[in-house]
Amino acid sequence: MDDEKVLTRHLGAPGLTTLAGYEKVGGYQGLRQAIQMGPEAIVAEVKASGLRGRGGAAFPTGTKWSFLPKDVFPRYLCVNADESEPGCFKDRVLMEEFPHQLLEGVLIAAYALQVTHAFIYIRGEYRAQRELLERAAKEAYQAGYAGRGVLGTKWDCELIVHGGAGAYICGEETALLESLEGRRGQPRLKPPFPAVKGLYGQPTVVNNVETLSNLPYIVTEGGAKYAALGTEASPGTRLFCVSGHVERPGTFEVPMGKTTFRDLLELAGGVWRGRQFKAMQPGGGSMQVLGPQHLDVPLDFKAVAEAGSSLGAGALVVMDDSTCLVGVASRLVDFYRHESCGKCVPCREGTYFESELMHRLEAGLASRAELAELSDICANMDGRCFCPLGDTATWFVMSALRMFPEEFESHCGAGRCPVRAGAEVAA
Amino acid sequence: MRALYPSPRSAVLPALWAIQDELTYLPAWSLEVVATELGLLPGDVEAVSSFYSMYFNHQPGRHQIQVCRNVSCGLRGSDELLRHLENWLGVEDGGSTTDGMFTLEGTVECLGACGGAPMMQVDRFSYENLTPERAEEVLTKIRKQEPRGVE
Repeated sequence: MDDEKVLTRHLGAPGLTTLAGYEKVGGYQGLRQAIQMGPEAIVAEVKASGLRGRGGAAFPTGTKWSFLPKDVFPRYLCVNADESEPGCFKDRVLMEEFPHQLLEGVLIAAYALQVTHAFIYIRGEYRAQRELLERAAKEAYQAGYAGRGVLGTKWDCELIVHGGAGAYICGEETALLESLEGRRGQPRLKPPFPAVKGLYGQPTVVNNVETLSNLPYIVTEGGAKYAALGTEASPGTRLFCVSGHVERPGTFEVPMGKTTFRDLLELAGGVWRGRQFKAMQPGGGSMQVLGPQHLDVPLDFKAVAEAGSSLGAGALVVMDDSTCLVGVASRLVDFYRHESCGKCVPCREGTYFESELMHRLEAGLASRAELAELSDICANMDGRCFCPLGDTATWFVMSALRMFPEEFESHCGAGRCPVRAGAEVAA
Repeated sequence: MRALYPSPRSAVLPALWAIQDELTYLPAWSLEVVATELGLLPGDVEAVSSFYSMYFNHQPGRHQIQVCRNVSCGLRGSDELLRHLENWLGVEDGGSTTDGMFTLEGTVECLGACGGAPMMQVDRFSYENLTPERAEEVLTKIRKQEPRGVE
């Protein structure tokens, strides 16, 4: 199995969080090789790898890079380390266990794109991880991998670790850029896309932590070898987070396309306490719910889309048969209401009314007319918000309502949560 | 800090962090200092500090307890954990203990430790796979290390 791992292939090697430990397992050879290859060859290799963004949108990385207008400088690279998707904790693991692998990936991308400033925007809550990255960056500077004249070349590259301060919306790439410029983290109108007009109005690439952590492997082993780990449609491997009602929650690196949800569930020890599987959210808090009939769907972009959801940020949240889907939906809607940045009306007002209705429904106080109103509000939000936050605030609710209509309806006028009441009777 | 960035305004968040690390919160005068240093209006800085949930405009407890209650933690008992801590500490979500030792927050973003749910973060440290009893133990230990509370 070990030769099928990319991101976690060095797991267990001693002292990996230090430069010396990382160099012992071949660390920074990828950067040396990249500099010999030159920018164009690196971009070609990344395109050959089929690598797609691991932040949620799954956009092909090489293509994203090639959108940068030629000969416009300075350009910037921003690393999205604002991981805040409910259920997602893979970037945290990558930063805690393999900080230098990330930095090497950042430097390879920075060289390929010929940028002189690479920013790592890390969420405020990851304070310990921020300090760890700062220490790692310092080591990289001292070793000549970053700073003035990287590895004896004429290329200078500053690595700046920038801490956020608690705002889910800053994971949206234009909100991240606003925040990095010292403003409120509210998304910008697109187009222009960041590739054309991003940070400080200059061409900018924003890539996720996991995406960039793959680059040292892709450069040293070749894009084709990386791609072959997965399937043609879903190349490479991916780090999935499994949480919720499973025996052994955690992160698991598995080949894309060849692995199914059932395999992932088994890696995590199966549903806990001998209970039955009820539902899962395959891509983190924003994504649509899937049921037991989807367990044999492979972790493939297209197959999951056909099932009605998305792999999103690579977080699988498992729910057992004691779970009240109305309760889970209510919690997620509260989260979006809290995190709505207030810029656009459909999201700001929509999440408010949505959560008020969900509270009434969860408590068994809502009428059937109110349930219909909930659908109406969601339909008016989805596709009409300024950025995906407002749209995705409706996806779990609406998909759960479609898949478990009787569970939602049974809450209407029940005076309390019937699922919980049923569980108490059974106990 | 200013020199680190291509545009000085980018130093707003790091500057606010540096002040909060020192003073535990951001008094109104500190926003003016940041504005002057970076060539901004005080309102510009306040607009930023009020947007982000981790900046305080009043003094919080010496230690911040954040109980994650998002979906993964919620599925594994975080509501019971928060209720227990509210009773045990004698504060509500968002409140501080009378000795100024702890501020309890139960309305936080997913803290990215879903593999160890339910969890809480005290200052910068994560405590995972918690039961109410284990959470009590952790906080008792922290309290003992700082017996004097806030002056």
